[in-house]
Amino acid sequence: MSVKLRHNRVELALHELGDATSGPVLLLLHGLGERTPKRVPGDCATWPGRVFGLDLTGHGDSSIPRGGGYTSEILMGDVDAALAHLGPSTLLGRGLGAYLALLAAGARPKLVHGAILSDGPGLAGGSARPGTPLIPMPDPGALAPPDPFALVELAVDVRPPDYASSFVRQATQLSELERPISICTLERPDWLRALLDEPGVQECELADALAYYAQPARRRGP
Amino acid sequence: MSEEVVSYPGARRPDRSRRVDAHGVGIAVYEWGTPEARPLLLAHGGFDFAGTFDVFAPLLADAGWRVVSWDHRGHGDSDQTALYSWQADLRDALAVMDSVGREPMPIVAHSKGGGVCMQLTEARPHRVSRFANLDGMPSRWPHPDVAEHERTKLRDSELGGWLDWRRRAGELARKPGTLDELAARRGRMNPRLSREWLRYLVTIGARRDADGWRWKIDPSMRFGGFGPWRPDWSLERMRGFPVPLLGILGLIEEEMGWGTTPDFIRPYLPRDARLVAFEDSGHFVHIEHPRRVADLVLEFLA
Repeated sequence: MSVKLRHNRVELALHELGDATSGPVLLLLHGLGERTPKRVPGDCATWPGRVFGLDLTGHGDSSIPRGGGYTSEILMGDVDAALAHLGPSTLLGRGLGAYLALLAAGARPKLVHGAILSDGPGLAGGSARPGTPLIPMPDPGALAPPDPFALVELAVDVRPPDYASSFVRQATQLSELERPISICTLERPDWLRALLDEPGVQECELADALAYYAQPARRRGP
Repeated sequence: MSEEVVSYPGARRPDRSRRVDAHGVGIAVYEWGTPEARPLLLAHGGFDFAGTFDVFAPLLADAGWRVVSWDHRGHGDSDQTALYSWQADLRDALAVMDSVGREPMPIVAHSKGGGVCMQLTEARPHRVSRFANLDGMPSRWPHPDVAEHERTKLRDSELGGWLDWRRRAGELARKPGTLDELAARRGRMNPRLSREWLRYLVTIGARRDADGWRWKIDPSMRFGGFGPWRPDWSLERMRGFPVPLLGILGLIEEEMGWGTTPDFIRPYLPRDARLVAFEDSGHFVHIEHPRRVADLVLEFLA
């Protein structure tokens, strides 16, 4: 089942994937150029609650804006629109979705019950600082979705390591979880490597991260 | 309501206007001067619109230039879009430039328009002949007219507030008011500009609905926020700026100003750049001193 949510002028598609009708909420965030899978991915099958997936702006069944202008910060607003609908949720992001999960965990530390960062398209982003000035141009013949503007603009999205770290600190300070960020990626771009030394970040297998956040009582000690 | 026609000494509406399709976004383009004259691009700053050049642009046109300006997306009469970004402004600017011609042309740009068009020049050095920057040289400080995701640093306390505002952004509308009320509101951003000028701007940058005047600028844009951008990046590149550069600074600090000083910026300038500081002007140098700025620019372009 799917519902449409509104983020400014964009209509976002939020899909419910599993059969569960209660329990903790897991929200899947796809990678750059992807869309929400049709079914609960096999590696999430152990999740004891409801599973949803959000199609980001310009992807899947969400609307495609005219003329691009994508930033990760705006897409974090997509995730927040889903959080407003679902309430407290654990985020599992692939690639670009992993970076957005991190941003959302820092910006909504009370609503994000753990962010799990996993491999997928768009994990690296552009780089830690801008390269040669570039004017991203979309493929005019592209069949959308995905929006060709998203593909070119979010491939040069600058992600300074200290910027990424500041979202971890915000999450760690304000979340009820002891370890609000879980890194399950093999690929380690600079922004992600910078997170490893931060308190509140754990490196683990996806199954362990899901098990950790699935426990509702997983709160800070007294 | 009586017809409210407001004039301003020296102000002249563009001789022509047209629309450019920038990858699906309609951009309102304006021209002063004869179509046969040599073209130059004139870019406005954030939260402004091309009509703010109604005094300055005619001075360049009357000196023999075809002055081409445009309303940035979400500003003035250009389309409002779902997404705004520095990259999108850059691409829209290139679409306007393409609509003028492929030969190199000079750019004159104010404030955020200066920042965007300097990057356009760095990305397309063969398309630009000379560059005059009107109080839009890079600075260390957050720029008030640069949109949310391009600000200098993350401000923890602003994150949740920014998202709260995004949740409402789709329902926001500009508040209606009388012509004088809108002029007064803009006066808070432009405290050094005269009430007569601000009243004049209302008649161009606002539209009159049944319940009053409303600024046209997209209500989903706002000041402030956060993002990964660092001013050092553009500062470091400036030494290698590829075309002759004139920088004009307004030194009186004010709401919309960037606070760039000659001592700060000089070490970053290309060796042959020219820097002129106006001690008696705020951020809107071309509005406070149109003749002086036009003369400097015309001499630089000659």
